[in-house]
Amino acid sequence: MNYKRVTVFAGHYGSGKTNVAVNYALALKAFERNVSIADLDIVNPYFRTKDSADVLEKGGIRLISSAYAGSNIDIPALPPEIYSVVRDKSFHAVMDVGGDDRGATALGRYVPYLLAENDFEMLFVVNMYRPLTADPKSAFDNMREIEAACGARFTSVVNNSNLGAETTAEDVLASVPYAEKISALSGIPIKMNAVRKDIAAELGGKIENIFPISLHVYGFMN
Amino acid sequence: MSEKVLMKGNEAIAEAAVMAGCRHYFGYPITPQTEIAAYMSKRMPQVDGVFLQAESEIAAINMVIGVSAAGKRAMTSSSSPGISLKSEGFSYLAGCDLPAFIVNVQRGGPGLGGIQPSQSDYWQATRASGHGDFRKIVLAPASVQEMVSLTFKGFDLADKYRMTVLLLSDGTIGQMMEPVSLEMGDVTKYDKPWAVTGTKGARKPNIVNSLFLLPEVLEQTNIERYERYKSIEKTEVMYEEYMMDDAELCVVAFGIAARVSKNAIKAAREKGIKAGMIRPITLWPFPKDALADAAHRVKAFVSAELSMGQMIDDVELAIRCKRPVILCSRAGGMIPTPENVLAALDEAGKIGG
Repeated sequence: MNYKRVTVFAGHYGSGKTNVAVNYALALKAFERNVSIADLDIVNPYFRTKDSADVLEKGGIRLISSAYAGSNIDIPALPPEIYSVVRDKSFHAVMDVGGDDRGATALGRYVPYLLAENDFEMLFVVNMYRPLTADPKSAFDNMREIEAACGARFTSVVNNSNLGAETTAEDVLASVPYAEKISALSGIPIKMNAVRKDIAAELGGKIENIFPISLHVYGFMN
Repeated sequence: MSEKVLMKGNEAIAEAAVMAGCRHYFGYPITPQTEIAAYMSKRMPQVDGVFLQAESEIAAINMVIGVSAAGKRAMTSSSSPGISLKSEGFSYLAGCDLPAFIVNVQRGGPGLGGIQPSQSDYWQATRASGHGDFRKIVLAPASVQEMVSLTFKGFDLADKYRMTVLLLSDGTIGQMMEPVSLEMGDVTKYDKPWAVTGTKGARKPNIVNSLFLLPEVLEQTNIERYERYKSIEKTEVMYEEYMMDDAELCVVAFGIAARVSKNAIKAAREKGIKAGMIRPITLWPFPKDALADAAHRVKAFVSAELSMGQMIDDVELAIRCKRPVILCSRAGGMIPTPENVLAALDEAGKIGG
C-alpha cells in the first residue's frame, strides 16, 4: 500500500466517503502502529464516522469526532482535537470530510498545515450511480468546487461506484471508463477502485488497484 | 449495466417531483429533510424551475398556495415542527380546493423534539392538520423506491381531486440510500379552468378564495367537498398484504415500522407463529375494509408504530374493536426492533387465543 502521513477523503454528498475512509484507516493499521481518523462532517448529523465507532475501536484506530455527534445537540462544531491530525506526526491520520463544497469549507482551516508538511494525499471519492454526479463532467465540476472551498488540490481519484446492496461486478466494471474520464479531465490518477469484498473476488484480474471494502456505515435492516 | 441509481430517500422525493412536472419548490431547511431543498437548489435551475428558500415555513406554504392557484404544480417539504407551522396553509389550501404536494419527513416530538425518525405526526397528518372540516390524502412510503412512485402519484392525485396530498415519511427512509429505478411513465395533464391565469379579456375573472360569509353557501361547499372525499375513500385506498393468506395474527404497520415488522414476521413464522401484515400505503383513506375483513380471520392485531400509539385508533375503529389490538411502540426517535414486534406478537397470541 502506497500512502502518505495524512489521507483526506472528500467528494460529492453521498459518494461513500465515510465508508471508504473507515476501511482505509483499518487497512493502514496493518502498516502503522498509530492510526487516527477524524470526522469533519458537519453537514450530515445522521450517518457519520461516529456510527462506526465500535469497528474503529476494535481495530485500534483513534477516532476524533465532534463531542456533539450522536448526542442530543445538533451543533455543527469541530473539536479542537482535530488539530492533533496536523500537529502529532507520530500518527498516520485519515480525514473524513463532509459532502460537497460546504463540507470542504471545514477542511480549509487545516490546509495550510497540510501544505506546509507536504506529506498528504487528498482523494476525490466518486460514485457513478449517484444521479447528480452521474456524468464525468458534473463530477469534475464538483471536484473544482471542493478545491475552491478548502484551498487544496486533489491528488487522486477513488472510484467507489456502487448501488448499495444490489451492486454487481458488472456495475463496477461499467464504472471504470467513468472514473478514467474524471482522471483525464482533472489530470490526476485513479488511486483505487473501492469494491465490496465479495465482488472484489469476482473482479480479480479485470480491474487494477482494487481496494476491497466492507460496508460499515448503516445496514441495520433489509 | 444496471438502469438504477443510488439515491437517498429525500433526494428520491425531489427527483420524482421534477419528473412529475413540479417546477416550483419552496422550502426552509430542517433536519432530517434538508436534502430535499439541497437537491432542488441544484436541480431546479437545470430544468428552468424555481427553487426558493423562503424566509419561513409559513411563507413557503403560502407560496405553494399562490403557484397552485395559478394552475402550476408546486410543493414544499419540512419535518415535524416545520409542518406544524404550515397548518394554517393546509386549511386554506383545502378551503380553496387547491392541489398541493407536501412532504413531512418526521422526527421525534413534541416541541423541537429530536432529529431522529418518528411517526408521531400520524394524528396531525390524518386528522388535525388545520382548522375546519377537511381531509388530505396521506401517503406512507416504506422504501426509497416508494418515495419515487408515491411522489409521482401524489402530484397526480392532488390535481385529480384538487386537494393536498401529504407524503408522510420519516427520518430513516429520508436518510437511507437504496438503488431505485426512475422509470415512471407519462405525466397526466389535468385541465384547470378554475386557475387564475389572466382573463385576456375573454372570460370572467377566476377567484381563488376560502371565505364564505353566507353559512348556507359554506355548508353546501363543505358537503360537496365531502362527496369528493367519499369517492376517494372508495377508489384510492392502497395497502400491501404480506403473508396474510393463513395468518392468525395481523401486524398493522406503515413506513419504516413495516420494514422492521416484515423481519419480525419472518422470524415468527420460523417459530411456527402464523403472523402476517397489512401495510397501509394510504393512511387517509385508511384501508378500513381490508382490516375489517381480516378481523373475521385473525385472532388479534398488533399495531407497530414509532409513536406512543396513534394509528392504533384507526385500527380499532376499522375492526370495530372486534379483536384485541396490542400496541408495539417506540417513541422519541427510537425504532422498534424485530424483537419488540415479536414480543408483541407473543402477547397477541396469548390474549387472542
